[in-house]
Formats: sequence, structure tokens, C-alpha cells
Amino acid sequence: MTNGEKASTLEQLNASTSAKRYRPFAFSRIYAITINTVTELTRLKVFYVLLIFGLVLIGSSIFMAQFSFQQEFQILKDVSLGAISLFTSLLAIVATARLLPQDIEDRTLYTILAKPVPRFEYVLGKITGVLLLLAISTVVMGGAFLLVLYTREQAVLHTTLRQMSGAPPDQIADALRVIRSSAFNIDILPGIVIIYLKACLLAALTLFVSTFATSNIFTIVVMAFIYFIAHLQATAREYWLQEHGSGLITRVFLAVVALFFPDLQAFNLVDDIVAGTAISLTLFAKTAVLGIFYTTIYTLLATFVFYGKEL
Amino acid sequence: MKRTVVVLAVLIVVGALKLPVERNLVALHRQEHFRGVEFNLDLREEIGQLGFIAALSGFRAIVADALFIQAYSAWENTEWGRMLLLFRHITTLQPRVLLFWDTAAWHMAWNASVAAMNDQTQPRLALRVKAQREYFALGKDFLERGIKNNPDRPDLYEALARLYKEKYKDHERASEYYAKAAAVPGAAPWDRRFSAYELSYCEGREREAYDRLRHLYEEGPKERLPTLIKRLKFLEEKLGIPQDQRIQEKENKVVK
Repeated sequence: MTNGEKASTLEQLNASTSAKRYRPFAFSRIYAITINTVTELTRLKVFYVLLIFGLVLIGSSIFMAQFSFQQEFQILKDVSLGAISLFTSLLAIVATARLLPQDIEDRTLYTILAKPVPRFEYVLGKITGVLLLLAISTVVMGGAFLLVLYTREQAVLHTTLRQMSGAPPDQIADALRVIRSSAFNIDILPGIVIIYLKACLLAALTLFVSTFATSNIFTIVVMAFIYFIAHLQATAREYWLQEHGSGLITRVFLAVVALFFPDLQAFNLVDDIVAGTAISLTLFAKTAVLGIFYTTIYTLLATFVFYGKEL
Repeated sequence: MKRTVVVLAVLIVVGALKLPVERNLVALHRQEHFRGVEFNLDLREEIGQLGFIAALSGFRAIVADALFIQAYSAWENTEWGRMLLLFRHITTLQPRVLLFWDTAAWHMAWNASVAAMNDQTQPRLALRVKAQREYFALGKDFLERGIKNNPDRPDLYEALARLYKEKYKDHERASEYYAKAAAVPGAAPWDRRFSAYELSYCEGREREAYDRLRHLYEEGPKERLPTLIKRLKFLEEKLGIPQDQRIQEKENKVVK
């Protein structure tokens, strides 16, 4: 961040924290921190590296899928949505892990908190900034995916039309319908929203870990472990609640995993959506609410721990 | 210290509150055919450490696709044993992708069985036929397991009917599975017809087949296709249907 931008952020904060019209909670202050966080994060090389890798992988999915058209669309969608899921999760962890340590190192944190900015506003502004950045990344990667899918679908449609030029119209219509149904499926969109919610959850959890971590490397390593364990949480939970024959240590371990970790498998719906399973509104709403619930809880806990942190 | 205890207490309370919510959500996911894969030691042994970790982390579709590409290479090299193993892993990882079940069954029952029958290294016909039957059975097994995982979709019922018809020459079973396909929402309009055609080849069930074909015929000109008329005429002869009750169409007349 340049000195000019720091000054502009501080001006915005000054405007909302002046003694005359000070309010204990102000959206303008959170907004200033959010915009500052987004600006700061978009200037990180890691953001562009991850985004470019994601886009390259989505683009290259065309070349990975040179089989018959049904298999081609299957692989194209699997690889592209897998890339979106991987890179948004990575970005959520890497971008959030550096927020607090970097602000402490740059001393920006002290400048902000020296003003009448409550700590929860600071944390809220930071996490909102990360969530905004994740939304931008998801939209960019999702847009690239839909563009690749549409381009490929059009190419296959033209090839099929050329190949079937002498066939009866009903056969041609049937072939085109099959191609269209194997390419784009409206359920992919809620699937992408759920990928985004999973990234939000990971960002909030990373923020919570970073409030008591000593460095951003430590946060990233801890989050890598949490990521894998949280994917096993459902198995541990079922085993803990159903099995009664295992030893005490095993049961305590399973209980810890079941109680302390979120169930990340609940957000891996996109594989089945690509396979043709329709997602109902109820299922989407319940999964989304669970994602928002986790994100809120971890943000609140991060705020609570941050209040007790000696700076 | 006090803050840490409070955080831990909150995590435990929230954890206990979220447990029933998560379990309900899993039940809903299963009910709507999501999360069909059980992550257990069997799967770990099948797909290896790296594949298991990737699949566990939410990338099982990509792992399945990578294995599918390997299976494609194995097909090019006619490594049938390796293909069988790879398709078992693929279908375990992605049980809701019909294409994988269908392709696996097609490779086993059509390609591998023919290769086994034409195997120049095996001089004994009996053993070649045995190998061929084993590949038919493997194809059938893929389709049956596929149906078990996707009872709500007609495609695999159709594929199994085709297998019974073309490989086992079992018209009764073929008819049964075409009928099952026709009963599933979203089935192709020809499934009902195909079921009746297959039944018309079954000894002792001609009357039932005739009634079904006649019923289809009565539905209107769209159903009056050359094969349907041909099978009806054949059954009319066989069952000795009186002339005044027979259909008036000529065989092989294409209805527009």
C-alpha cells in the first residue's frame, strides 16, 4: 500500500471517527477497512498467480477432454469446477492468513486502532474484504468456465450439424438436444455458490486461527491440517455417535473432531451436480445456511479472541 | 486463559448444537442422491493414498476423470484386467455418473468378451467361451450396481436390457428391463415398444406380447412403426387371431 492510499484510508476513518459525530458502530468505518483490504489483497502476487493458475486450468480442460462429446463435457466440467473449488479454497486460506500478521508487521493495525475504531469493526472490515475478493475470484473463474463450456458446446453443435446434414430433422433435433443437455446444466450455478460459501467458511476459520497464531506460515500449516480433518469430520461424527465398542481415547478423539471441526463434505455437492443430480431449493438453502452459520460463528470467535490479544 | 476457556466452551456448545443439524443435512443429501460415496478403508485400498486424499478433499470427480483417461489408454493397449480394476475405482468414486457405468459395462461385455473369444493364444474353444461368459457377467455386474446407485434414471435399465438381448439372447429379461426403464420418469418413448418387441420373442408369452403391442398400436399412428406392425402380424398368425380382428396395415409401411 502506498503512503497516499494509507492517508486516504485514514482520512475516511478520520471522517467517521471524529469526536462530534462518533457512533459506536459505523458502516462507513467498516467500508473503509473493507475497501482497503480488497485493494491490498488484489495487489498481492499470490492473488494473480492463483487466479491465473485457475483460469489456465479451466481453459486447458478443453484439451484434457478429447473423447466423445458426453465424456468431453463431463471432464471439462469436473476439471473446471475442481479448479474453482481448489483455487478459491487456497485463496481463502492464503489471503486471510496474512491479514493480521501483516498489519501488525506494517504497524497499520496500531494506526487504525489508535483511532476510535472498535476491534470488531476492524475484524469485520477485514473479513468482508476477503469475502469480497473471494466473490470477485469466483465470478471471474465461474465466468471463464461458462465461456469455455459455451464455446465448446457451440463447436460440438456445429460439428454435429455438419455431420448430420442429410439426416431427418427430428433426428437432428434429438442429437442437438442431447448435446445441449450434456453441456450446460442450470444446477451448476448453485453448485458454484456452494463452492464460494465453502471458501467463506475457510476464510473465517483462517481468521480465527490467525488471531492466536504467531505467524502466517503457522496459520497456513494449521489450516492445511484442518482442511483435511474437516473433510473427515462426517465419518468421525457418525463413528462416534454410532459405535460404542471403541476405546475411551478413540471416542474422545472422535468427539473432538466431531465437535470442533466443520463438516466440509457438506459443501462438496458439485461432483454430483455435474453427474446429473438435481439440487433442490431446500437442500441448497440448508447447505447455504450452514455455511453462513459457520462463517458467522468463526468470525465472532475471531473477534472475541482479537479483543483479548495484546498488541 | 479465561478467554481460551470461553472460546473452548463456545466451540463445544456450538459443536453439540450443530451435530443434529449436520446429521439431518447428510440425511437430506443422501435422500437426494448426494454424498453417495463412503470414505472407508476399502476405498483407500482401492484408489491408493494420494487418490484417497484427493478424493477426500472434494476432488473425487477429478480423480475419477484421471482414472478414466488411464482406462482409455488401457483400452488402446487392450489391457482388459487393468481396465476392469480402473473402472471399479472410477465407479466407486463417481457412482452417479451413468456414463462411467455404461462405458465400463460396454468395454467388458462387448469389447473384452469379443477379444476373449478371438484370443489366438487360447487354442481351446471351451475356455474361450468361458472367458467370454465371464466378461458378459462383469458387464452385467457393472450395470446392476449402476442401477442400484441410480434407480431413478432409465439409462442403465436400457443398457442392461440391451445386454440381455444382444449377449445373453434372453428376451424375457430384456423385456423386463425395458419395461423397468419405461416406468422411470424421463424414459425414452421407445422403451415401452422395445419391451413389447422383446416379449414377442418369448415362447409361451405371445398372448401377453400381442395385447401389449395391440395396445400400443391403438394409441395412434405415431406408435405404428414397421417393426411393431411386423411383430403384430407375426403374433396374429401364431395366435390364430380371427381375420376381422386383425390390423389392416401392410407390413413395413412407414407411418409419418
